Amino acid sequence: MVTGISRWPMSALNRKLVRDLWHVRGQVLAIAAVVGAGIALYVAMLSTFDSLDLTLRTYYDRYRFGDVFVSLERAPLAVADELVAIPGVARVETRVVADVTLDVPGLDEPAAGRLISFPAGSRPALCDLFLREGRLPESGRPDEVVASEGFARAHGLHPGKSIRAVINGRLRALAIVGLALSPEFIYPVRPGEILPDEKRFGVFWMDRRALATAFSLDGAFNDAVLGLMRGASEPDVLARVDRLLESGYGGLGAVPRSLQASHWYLANELVQLRNSGAYVPVIFLGVAAFLLNVVLSRLVLVQRPQVAALKALGYSNREVAWHYVKGSLAIAGLGAVLGVAAGAWFGWAMTRMYTLFFHFPILLYRLQSPIVVRAVALGLLAAALGGLGAVWRAARMAPAEALRPEVPARYSVSLAERTGLGRFLTQPARMIARALQRHPGRAALSVLGIGLGTALMVVGTFGLDSMDLMMDVQFNVAQRFDVMTTFVRPASAGALDEIRRLPGVIAAEPFRAVPVRLRNAHHSRHTAITGVLPDARLNRIIDSPARVVDLPAGGLVLSAMLARVLGARPGDDVTVEVLEGPRRDVRVRLANVVDEYMGMNAYLELGALHALMREGGTISGAFLQVDQARTRELYAALKATPRVAGVLLKDAALASFNDTMASMMRQMLSVYVLFAGIIAFGVVYNNARISLAERSRELATLRVIGFSRGEVSYILLGEIAVLTLIALPVGCLMGYGMAAGMMSILETELWRLPFVILPRTYAFAVITSTSATLVSALIVRRRLDRLDLVAVLKIRE
Amino acid sequence: MDESAPIFSVRGLTKRYDMGAVQVHALRGVDLDIAEGEFLVLLGHSGSGKSTLVNILGGLDAPTSGQVFFRGLDMTAADDAALTAFRRRRVGFVFQFYNLIPSLTARENVDLVTEISESPLPAADVLAMMGLADRMDHFPAQMSGGEQQRIAIARAVAKQPDVLLCDEPTGALDISTGVLVLEALDAVHHQLGTTVVVITHNASIATMANRVVTLADGRISDDRRNATHVAPSEIRW
Repeated sequence: MVTGISRWPMSALNRKLVRDLWHVRGQVLAIAAVVGAGIALYVAMLSTFDSLDLTLRTYYDRYRFGDVFVSLERAPLAVADELVAIPGVARVETRVVADVTLDVPGLDEPAAGRLISFPAGSRPALCDLFLREGRLPESGRPDEVVASEGFARAHGLHPGKSIRAVINGRLRALAIVGLALSPEFIYPVRPGEILPDEKRFGVFWMDRRALATAFSLDGAFNDAVLGLMRGASEPDVLARVDRLLESGYGGLGAVPRSLQASHWYLANELVQLRNSGAYVPVIFLGVAAFLLNVVLSRLVLVQRPQVAALKALGYSNREVAWHYVKGSLAIAGLGAVLGVAAGAWFGWAMTRMYTLFFHFPILLYRLQSPIVVRAVALGLLAAALGGLGAVWRAARMAPAEALRPEVPARYSVSLAERTGLGRFLTQPARMIARALQRHPGRAALSVLGIGLGTALMVVGTFGLDSMDLMMDVQFNVAQRFDVMTTFVRPASAGALDEIRRLPGVIAAEPFRAVPVRLRNAHHSRHTAITGVLPDARLNRIIDSPARVVDLPAGGLVLSAMLARVLGARPGDDVTVEVLEGPRRDVRVRLANVVDEYMGMNAYLELGALHALMREGGTISGAFLQVDQARTRELYAALKATPRVAGVLLKDAALASFNDTMASMMRQMLSVYVLFAGIIAFGVVYNNARISLAERSRELATLRVIGFSRGEVSYILLGEIAVLTLIALPVGCLMGYGMAAGMMSILETELWRLPFVILPRTYAFAVITSTSATLVSALIVRRRLDRLDLVAVLKIRE
Repeated sequence: MDESAPIFSVRGLTKRYDMGAVQVHALRGVDLDIAEGEFLVLLGHSGSGKSTLVNILGGLDAPTSGQVFFRGLDMTAADDAALTAFRRRRVGFVFQFYNLIPSLTARENVDLVTEISESPLPAADVLAMMGLADRMDHFPAQMSGGEQQRIAIARAVAKQPDVLLCDEPTGALDISTGVLVLEALDAVHHQLGTTVVVITHNASIATMANRVVTLADGRISDDRRNATHVAPSEIRW
């Protein structure tokens, strides 16, 4: 080390810097790790957001994702020309889309399928397929389909296998010739649901003519995707499309890309990622900057006699200050390099994780230089500011003052002793108490530092508590059904009796779902109103945190997020545009707003919805409570019931949630925890090492006058232990505050996580900080044992 | 340069430290002229104000009142930058506890000064002059106290200062190493013609000086010239 460096053309001062840093390399590494952790998180989250955004845009662009989506009952192909003629519309792809029930080999229950027409002999103008395997259906082969990759993988299906579907009442075999991905189904969720269940929902593309013939839509279409020109007015196009299709063609309301199911979920996910990317790393970096400040201040103070010597030799304040600032910049620079490298790796891994959960054919990871520059600048700035305060204090000190040994600190009898506890304190315990009281500022900073480390652990892990609570409320308090069945088309009340008679059904409650557009003033949202029984037991409406809400007779109940989008408050009249059967506008009083955790829902008491629809006991499906011993029987029966379009198994939905969203969140949280752990350890370790440096002389003196190693360790480690004990509750409190601040940021239209921190989270944070303390204490103890008594006493530095 | 003019002129110098509740009067009005090329020993018990006086001479501290002139320039009117420049060009310091940079070798500690001086002596030459030719690449912790103090002297001398200020240079040393250090100071004085001011509470060291000034309780109590000088090697304490 020494000889190597002395050969470099480097000034003596810089050599001192390099050797000093090398000498405290453990601490340097710990501080660099703290800075690096903040930077890594910043780089990872923002580059992931950026990469996903890029991946999404590229995918949409290459595969011509549409701008406007509309479903209708039926329109002759000539109407497509009218759509193209709408100002701002560049391209139109008309399609035949049909929802069918699938009979999948090996699956007891029926699955839902969506068939989408594929133009014969050409690629669609919009929403093209990425063919992963096999080939496209040949024209004139009505039995050939391309299956969505996710569904095929869930069932081990490959080109060459076939499945059966009930198409227009007839069971037909469909030969799978290819597997594909579509930009329309990146998040493969069944219409009207929130969680994807790829085992029970598949998308199939088949020859247009064959599909049209099967559904009597020859020369017609029931679905269209529009591509807009640059600069086109989306609201204007939507309005014109609706005007054209809702008069006579049964248009169900045009939906802009932002509300297209798959895109909406993705966008929400991205918003959450971006928001937490803007918030969480800033907390981490802020904490890192603060710690750097504390640590560097104390490191510089330990070098007080050297500062004096440099000044006496004629080095100016600026030169001395710059010398130490260079040191902190070097540490932060190391942290930045480590942080950017780790951040890029985590960013790539996170992006990959996203592209696996969501179905992207490509993975584009990029780390843009502005992100790196900002991250490094933040780290260096934190370091410079951190070092500067302390350095400036040291540099400004009159050199004569710095030369004198520090005036013996004015100790006093500690508070603990004055209160009478003194009698129980041993001499070393008294030293601990007095040392803490002598430097209240230093003790407070140490407490704050360890506390912040602990707080980050709380912030890093509490998300799991929130998610668990949300899942518990959602799946155990609200959704108490086992199975939800939906009908192919709305059915009369008699259908419920049919369902009730199926084997294994213990209870069944009907529901009605009507596609609507809700309007309030200039706000509107395309959604569905769910009509449920007022005293429903199997699917209850809950208000945060877990209060079951009774449906008022006649009034609309909206989830808080939907009410916010509509700008509506209880008591307002909301316009309901019915998008099924005869089109009508009805004004309905908003009776209540409930704080739900998932989705954007609108509820009406079943009878009131029937009245609104001017219909009898029409229902769209039923929630079932089933005998778990007879599920196979029930599923077989459901499969044989032509009316049933599909089933949603709650346990499967829960498992799917666990596999996808929850798993993704857990991985994200484990990244937080990793970095929070690094920071917690970095703080505690530095704290202990600096305490050792500051007090080595005093402790060596004690050793010389006959204290044992254990006794001396007790004084230093006792102080660290006391500080840690005070810091733990402080850290938990700070963690609570930071977590509360984070909640609003994690909220999207899709999720609203409840704020809760379970004791286990605090326990985990406390255990981590305590372990960090123990490990640091062991290291310091080892150093204490090796303290060279004579050297320490002789050399004043 | 006027050879007869003093290098330092001190007039009515006082220094008071506020130590919280108590005020300590380190200097209570000192008048002193130091001639160019003089070897001056400041004698006094601890607390007599000798370190304070030397710190003020060296521009390390500012007086409470009074004036210090360095070759006619009023140092009390100088700002921080001017004092820094003064220390850099004119003064070499030697401290009781050496104040070496522990992470630098002997040669590098000297380089610390040669790198910022206008016409420094080569570090190797100065160290050789101090009898440390074969110890140049050792770190302070690998050397004895006497060797460390000689590095400190080499570091102070390398810039070819006008004045060498030494605060208890042998205070932490035993007699045999102390004598080596005194010999080094004597060599600097004779070979380079540097003005040397040595603080000590050890009266036997005073015998090697041209002039001995005694401080007591912040005032000059005695100022005499030695008719004969004792060689450092003959000093005993």
